[in-house]
Amino acid sequence: MKKTTTKSTWMLLLSVAALLALVVVLENVLDPNKNIMVFTALKKGAVYALVAVSMNLLNGFTGLFSLGQAGFMLLGAYTYAILTIPTAQRDAVYYLYNGSAVNFSLPELFGGGAFGLVLGVLLALVLGGCVAAAVAWLIGLPVLRLKSDYLAIATLGFGEIIRAVFQWDKLGPVTNGANALKNFPTFSNFNIQNAGGEVVLRLSTFVAFLLAGICVAVIVLLINSTYGRAFKAIRDDEVAAEAMGINLSKHKRLAFVISSFFAGVGGGMFAMFANQAQAKTFTTAMTYEILLIVVIGGIGSVSGSCLAAFLYVAASEWWLRFLDAETFIGGVKVPLLRNGFRMVVFSVVIMIVVLFFRRGIMGDRELPDLFRRRGKEGAAK
Amino acid sequence: MKQFFAMLLALTLALSLAACGGNGSGGSGDAQPSGGGSGDAQPSGGDSGGEKVVKIGVFEPATGDSGAGGKQEMLGMQYANKETPTVEIGGESYKVELVYADNASDVAKAPTAASQLVSQDVSLVLGTYGSGCAIAGGPIFGEAGLAAIGVTCTNPGVTAGNDYYFRICFLDPFQGTVLANFATEKFSAKKAYLLGELGNDYDQGLLNYFEQAFEGECVKDSFPTNTSDFSTYLNKAVDQGADVIFCPVSIAYSTQIVKLAASMNLNIPILGSDTLDSNKVLEAAKGSNVQVYVSTFYQEGGAPEFDEGIKAWLNEDSTAMTNNGGDDTIAAVTAMGYDAYYVALEALKAAGSTDKGAVKAALPSLQYTGVSGAIAFDDVGDAVRDTAYIKTADNAAGAWTLETVQTAK
Amino acid sequence: MQYAISILLSGVSLGGQYALIAIGYTMVYGILRLINFAHGDVFMVAGLMMVYLTASVPLAVSVPLVLVLTVLLGFIIERAAYKPLREAPRMSVMISAIGVSYLLQNLATYITGGLPQMYPEIPGISATVSIAGVPTKWVTVVTPVLVLALVLALTQLIHHTKVGMAMRAVAKDFETAQLMGIRINAVISTTFVIGSFLAAVGSVLYFTNYQSIVPLSGSLPGLRAFVAAVFGGIGSIPGAVVGAFIIGLSESVIKGSSWSIFSDAFTFALLIIILVVKPTGLFGEKVTDKV
Repeated sequence: MKKTTTKSTWMLLLSVAALLALVVVLENVLDPNKNIMVFTALKKGAVYALVAVSMNLLNGFTGLFSLGQAGFMLLGAYTYAILTIPTAQRDAVYYLYNGSAVNFSLPELFGGGAFGLVLGVLLALVLGGCVAAAVAWLIGLPVLRLKSDYLAIATLGFGEIIRAVFQWDKLGPVTNGANALKNFPTFSNFNIQNAGGEVVLRLSTFVAFLLAGICVAVIVLLINSTYGRAFKAIRDDEVAAEAMGINLSKHKRLAFVISSFFAGVGGGMFAMFANQAQAKTFTTAMTYEILLIVVIGGIGSVSGSCLAAFLYVAASEWWLRFLDAETFIGGVKVPLLRNGFRMVVFSVVIMIVVLFFRRGIMGDRELPDLFRRRGKEGAAK
Repeated sequence: MKQFFAMLLALTLALSLAACGGNGSGGSGDAQPSGGGSGDAQPSGGDSGGEKVVKIGVFEPATGDSGAGGKQEMLGMQYANKETPTVEIGGESYKVELVYADNASDVAKAPTAASQLVSQDVSLVLGTYGSGCAIAGGPIFGEAGLAAIGVTCTNPGVTAGNDYYFRICFLDPFQGTVLANFATEKFSAKKAYLLGELGNDYDQGLLNYFEQAFEGECVKDSFPTNTSDFSTYLNKAVDQGADVIFCPVSIAYSTQIVKLAASMNLNIPILGSDTLDSNKVLEAAKGSNVQVYVSTFYQEGGAPEFDEGIKAWLNEDSTAMTNNGGDDTIAAVTAMGYDAYYVALEALKAAGSTDKGAVKAALPSLQYTGVSGAIAFDDVGDAVRDTAYIKTADNAAGAWTLETVQTAK
Repeated sequence: MQYAISILLSGVSLGGQYALIAIGYTMVYGILRLINFAHGDVFMVAGLMMVYLTASVPLAVSVPLVLVLTVLLGFIIERAAYKPLREAPRMSVMISAIGVSYLLQNLATYITGGLPQMYPEIPGISATVSIAGVPTKWVTVVTPVLVLALVLALTQLIHHTKVGMAMRAVAKDFETAQLMGIRINAVISTTFVIGSFLAAVGSVLYFTNYQSIVPLSGSLPGLRAFVAAVFGGIGSIPGAVVGAFIIGLSESVIKGSSWSIFSDAFTFALLIIILVVKPTGLFGEKVTDKV
C-alpha cells in the first residue's frame, strides 16, 4: 500500500514536471504571434485554475459556501500592483493624484535586474495573499458563524464593500481611485531578453504555470493532511465532526483564511495576466464565473477545477470566437452568426454540462484516480 | 461514462494544444507557408484566391456595457471598408479585410481578444471604444510589435508609456476643460453638479479634469454600476442649487438620466461628454424641455458627402441600422471609426508593405484630413487636436444642432 | 424639505418595486432552498418583451400579454433547468440558475445588440404628479398601494386555499409533503408562476419609472431584492416586503447624503450587521440542526 502511494506520488510529480517542460518547449518552439492565443488562454487558465482550486478548498472540501472570491482577488491584485510599480512610473500611473503615496517598488528594493524582479514579484504576490488572508480573518470573525446561503450572501456583500472602498477617490494616492494601476511587472517580464532587446527564451507561460502549480500543490498537501481530513469531516457532518473533537470555528476560520490567501495570490497573478489592476473588474460576475468552473470541474476535485478552468477559458474566449463573425459558406450567409452569438452558445453549453453532468466532469475524483481504475481494469483482463 | 467524458475532454485539450503546435511549428519553420500567409516578407499579405489581402484588426466591444458604442464605431469602419475595399500598397492592389475581436467591454477579456488579433496576422489594429480595454490590450500589441490606433479612447493612460498605441481623438483633460469653459461662458455657472459611475476611469477622469478647470464650486457624486434610479441624484442637484449638471456617463446611464430629467421637467442644463452623443439620448430627450449639451468629435453636416453616403447605407442595410440604434443619426464615434479606417489605409500606403513593423514606423509622421478634421500624431502618439464640437439636442426635431466650436486655451 | 420628500418618495417606490421581486426570491427559497439567480433577469426580460410588444400591438393587449409570457417563461425555466436537478446537490441547482441568468442576459444582448431600449409610456402611471411641490410620476404613488394589495392577496392565497396549504407543507418538509400525496411539481410550478407574475408587475412599475433597459438592468434590482429577502428572513413573505422597503429607503437616503459612493456598500453592511445579530434575518424562522 505504502509503496503504491509513493509510486503514484512520483508519477504525479513526474507528469507535472513533464507538463512544465512541455510548456517551456512549446512556448519557445512555436511562432509567438501565430499561437499567442494558445498561450494567452493557458496563462489565464492557470490563473483561474488557482483561484478555482482555492474556492474549491472552501466550497468543496470544507463545505463553506463563500462568494467573496473576487473581493480577495482584488486585494491581492492591488497589493501586488501597488508594491511593484517602478518608482519612475508612479507619477504617470497616479497622474490624477500627483504621484503615489507609496514610493518604493519591491523589485527595485531588491536591486532590480532579474534577481530583484523574481524576488520582488514573489514577495509582492505573497504579501498580496497575506493582505487577503488578514482581511479574511477579520471578516471571518463575525461572518463564519453564519450558515450556508447566509454565509454566501454575507461574503458576497463583503466583496462589494471592498470594491467600493478601493474605488473611493479619497484613497486615490494609494489605490489610484477609479483608474487602473499599470506598468508593473507582468508575466512577459520573465521572458529573457538579450542585449539587443530580442527575446531569447520565453518563460511567461511557464512562470504562470509554475506559480499556479506550486500554490495548487500546497493546497493538495493541505487537503491530504490532518487539517484536510478535518475539513472534509466538517463538510460531511458538522455535528459529528464536533463530536469527534474537531474545533469547528478554528478549522472553518483556517480554511477561510487559507482559501483567501490563495485567492489573493491568484488575484496578483490575474493582474500580471491582465497587465493592469482595476477594481471594476472584480465583480460578483467574476465570482460566479469561478463558481461555475468549480462546479463544472466537480465540487471536491482539485484536478477537476484545474481542467475546468482551462476548458472554460478556452471555450469562452477562444474556440467559440468564430461564432461572433458573420460567415459565408459558398456565398450563403450562415444564419444567426453575429456579434454576441458566441456568448449565447456558450451559455447553452454551460446549461447542458450542468444539466447532464450534475456532479461536474470529475465528480469528486482526481485525475490519477481515473488512471488507477483503468489500470485495474486492464489488469483484470 | 462520465470518466470517459472527462478523459475525452482532457484529450481534446491536449490534442488542440498539439494541433496548434503542429500548425505553428510549420509556420515558424518557414518551410511551408500556410494559407494565412506566413511568408516572412509579408506577414499578412497572403494570396487567397489570387487576390492579395491585407487584414486590419478591429478591437472593439460588441457586447457588455460599451457594446452599443463599440458597434457604432465599427459601423464607421464597415462603411469605409465598403466604400474603399482595396488599397494600393507598393504598387499592388490589396483587398482590405476587417478582422473582428470582441473584447466584451471587459478588462479581463481584453487580453484574449487582443491575442486573437495578433494570432490572425493583422497589419494594424483599430480601437477600442473604452480606454480600460485599450490599456489592458495595449501591452499585448506592444509585445507583438503591432501598432494600434485608438479611435475614441480618450484616457491619457492609453498611449502614455506604450509606443505602439496611437490615437486620433482628443484626450480627457482637453474635453474636461472645454466643457468647464463652456459651462462658464454659456451659463455663467457658479456651481456644478458632477455625476459619474463609481470606479469607471472614464467618468471619474473627466469629472476630475472638469473640477480642475471649473472656476466655481463643484459637488461631486458617484453612483454604483448598474444603477437605474437617478432621481435622488437629480433632486440633489436641484437642492444644491447647481447651475449645470455634468455627467460624462456611458450611453445606458445617460439615457436614464436624460429621460428622468425630461419627466421631472428639470431646467438645469445637462452637459455630457462624447459618450452622450448618441441617438438614444436624443430619443430620450425628444419632446421635452430638458437641455442637453455634449462635446464631441464630429457634427453632422461637417462632411455632407460622407453623411449622405452613410445614411444611404444605413437605410439599406438593416443590420447596420439595428446596430446604429434603429435610425440614421450619425454618431460621432461612427465618423471617427470612418476616419480611423482611412488613417489605417494611409499608414499602409506610406509603409509600402503590409508588414506590421513598417506600418508602425510609418504612423508617427502620418498626416491625414478626415471628416472629423486634420489628424497628425505627437510624440506620445496622441492626435494633435484642439477643437471640440459642442452640440445641443433639438428636442422638437430629435436631432443635434451645433452650438459652438470650442478650442482649448 | 422638498429634497427630503423627494428622497422619501424615491425610497418608497424603490422599496415597493424591490418587494415585488423579493417575494419571488423568498418563495422559491422557502420551498426549494434555491437562490434563483435568474429571477432578476426574468424581470429584465419582462421589460424587454414590453418594449418589443408595444411596437406591434396596442398597450391594452401588450400589458396582459407581457404578464402571461413572463409567467410562461418562469414556468419553462423551472421545468427545463431546475426540475431535472431535483435530486442533485444543491450547488448544481444554483449553478443551473446562474447558467439561466447568463443565457437570458446573453440572449438579450444578442437581440437588442446591447443598446438601451426605451420603455413605452403607460398612460395613467407615466404622467407626472406633484407631491408637496416635488415632481414625480404617478407610478411612485401607485407602487406602494399596489404592493400592499398584492401582498394581502398573496397571504390570503397562502393561508386560505388548498394550494397555499400545500405550499406551506412543502416548505416545511419536502419529503413528508410528498408522502402525504401533495403533488410537489405542481406546487413548485405554482410558486414559480406567482414569483414570475410579481416580477412582471414589478418590471412594469420599475421601468415606467426608469425607462431604459439594457441586458444588465435586472442584475442590480435582482441583487438588491435578494438582499432584501435575506434581510427580512428568507422564506418569509412579510419579511421580504419589510426588508425591501428598508433597503429601498436606506439606499435612497444614503444616495442623498454625501456618502453616495457607498450606497451599495452600505446596503451590504446593513445586511451583514443584521445577519450577525439575527442569523436568519428579521422574520426568519430559527433553524435547528437535526442530528
